[in-house]
Amino acid sequence: MADAVVEQGRPIGAAGTRKRTSLRNVLGRKSTVAFLLTLPLIILIALLVLYPAVYSIHLATLNKSMQKFVGFGNFTFLFKRDTFWMVVKQSCIFAITAVFFKALMGFIVAHFVHNIPAKGQRKWRGMLLVPWVIPPAMSTLAWLWLFDPSYSAFNYTLSFFHIGPINWLGDNLWARFSVILVNVWYGAPFFMIMYLAALKSVPDQLYEAAAIDGANWWQKIWFITLPMMRNIIAITTLFSLIVTFANFDIVRILTSGGPLDQTHIFATWAFKVGIEGSDIPLGASVSLFMVPILAVAAIFILRDVSKRGNEA
Amino acid sequence: MSTLTIDKAGPTRKVKYGSMSRDRAWALRWSYFFLVLFALFSLTPPLYMLITSLKSSAEISAATNPWWVFHPTLSNYVELLTSNQFLRFFWNSAIVSIVVVIITMLISIPAAFALARMKFWGSATLATGVFLTYLIPDSLLFIPLFKMLAVVQDLTGITLLNRWYVLLFIYPTLTVPFCTWIMIGYFASIPKELDEAALIDGASWLQTLTRIFIPVALPGLIAATIFAFTVSWAQFLYPLVFTTSIDQLVLPVGITTTLIKGDVFNWGQIMTGALLGAAPPLIIYAFLMDYYIAGLTAGATKG
Repeated sequence: MADAVVEQGRPIGAAGTRKRTSLRNVLGRKSTVAFLLTLPLIILIALLVLYPAVYSIHLATLNKSMQKFVGFGNFTFLFKRDTFWMVVKQSCIFAITAVFFKALMGFIVAHFVHNIPAKGQRKWRGMLLVPWVIPPAMSTLAWLWLFDPSYSAFNYTLSFFHIGPINWLGDNLWARFSVILVNVWYGAPFFMIMYLAALKSVPDQLYEAAAIDGANWWQKIWFITLPMMRNIIAITTLFSLIVTFANFDIVRILTSGGPLDQTHIFATWAFKVGIEGSDIPLGASVSLFMVPILAVAAIFILRDVSKRGNEA
Repeated sequence: MSTLTIDKAGPTRKVKYGSMSRDRAWALRWSYFFLVLFALFSLTPPLYMLITSLKSSAEISAATNPWWVFHPTLSNYVELLTSNQFLRFFWNSAIVSIVVVIITMLISIPAAFALARMKFWGSATLATGVFLTYLIPDSLLFIPLFKMLAVVQDLTGITLLNRWYVLLFIYPTLTVPFCTWIMIGYFASIPKELDEAALIDGASWLQTLTRIFIPVALPGLIAATIFAFTVSWAQFLYPLVFTTSIDQLVLPVGITTTLIKGDVFNWGQIMTGALLGAAPPLIIYAFLMDYYIAGLTAGATKG
């Protein structure tokens, strides 16, 4: 309707003095205005997102001094290194375990918050979201201090139960556990908020009908809650998978990849090799290995998001 | 036969009612119990920051009960808030975040307006592209961006590496796609009749945007602003890569690199710094929680 109004107005004005107003015409045309309005966005994305993405593929084919073209040399070099395969394995373990527990914890906590009377929910939700609000670099410092080997608050507490002392960040398995724990702590609130919003949109009648049919709590979750929340669970999980897979702050501050590179994930190892080791092409190659997994997750998210758009 | 079953059903039904409400009471009790546990888990690190920040170095190294402050002192706060270095970090962070918020809004509001209301060639593709850009993480781009900055610096002679102002150009890549995306959602939900009425009254596109879209979509705008600010404030990887001199650092990088000196960890000061660094987002959250949550859920629910 708005289009028609504008389009109708123009030819009448333009008919008489075509030449003089041709520039004004172009500027006044809706598509030109729209293009000009989006131009800063296009420039920003093209220059600082798309170009670097392509540039990193170019960088990955150079040698360390960036003077010679080596083709897939960096990749074949990486394939021969044990550390690389360790990083691949740890990245997958880290991302999958962390996302799984974040989703599980978020789901459980969302249910508990949903269960209590509505007037108290705001308060609890407010408290439970705090981990997501604090900048991860800051909160990870607090965890680093909680895990501290000599003054560890955790070991102090555990000593009352005659457990420990545990070398939280110095031992292989415990270090892997610790980085995942901190990530779950940071990310679970996001799931909780998303699931809580989804739970609120499930009609109460469905549960009442199920209760009349004699369904127990497990059947209610399995046959009503999960199917109704399927879409939001899928999107949230995929989002989180991308963010967790590309995580940097937590591992960097907590362990810097140690002990013996056991907790390195793609981002931290790329940083170590590319920036600290000043082998930029190799670092670029390492980070490029994130692309396939990110791309797959992105495609699925896009499918879900466009599906939602069509429904609405 | 049938009368018998009805007789039987009567009393059992009564008992069932009782057990159901009793079940509900127990479910409520269990809910509170687990919520307390989860809240403890969530709040332990920030509380521990607060506890440690009130301790003197002597008390920390004496290894007394870590969960209690025996001689509370504000010396850590006084020391940090009078140290030029820490104030410099805070100032850098504040100026970067505020300017990035302004840049983000200047780019994403017009773009979202155009993408939501003016259909033009490629507009649908561009909207999808904006969303995809949001999914590209910083850890994929920091190496090529670092090299790009170095190349541009060599070509033009303008110092870009190790300068805080370069973050003003880099951070919008993280904030603009998401803000544009949620603003498209908010703008698209405004009824078409509103801007048609404005057009008939002779309003230009710019007037439609400033007089109608921005006021009506204000909640979305606030949510986007909060998002842009918290992302800029928390960003760690880019400043870690692009800046190294102490006077150029922003808060997260400054605290992690300067307060940790070799093997000597001054935990009292580190925790104070971390708490002060976490304060601005926490304060915003405390006052604008609903907008914060609206922004959080809008990313996936608006489409």
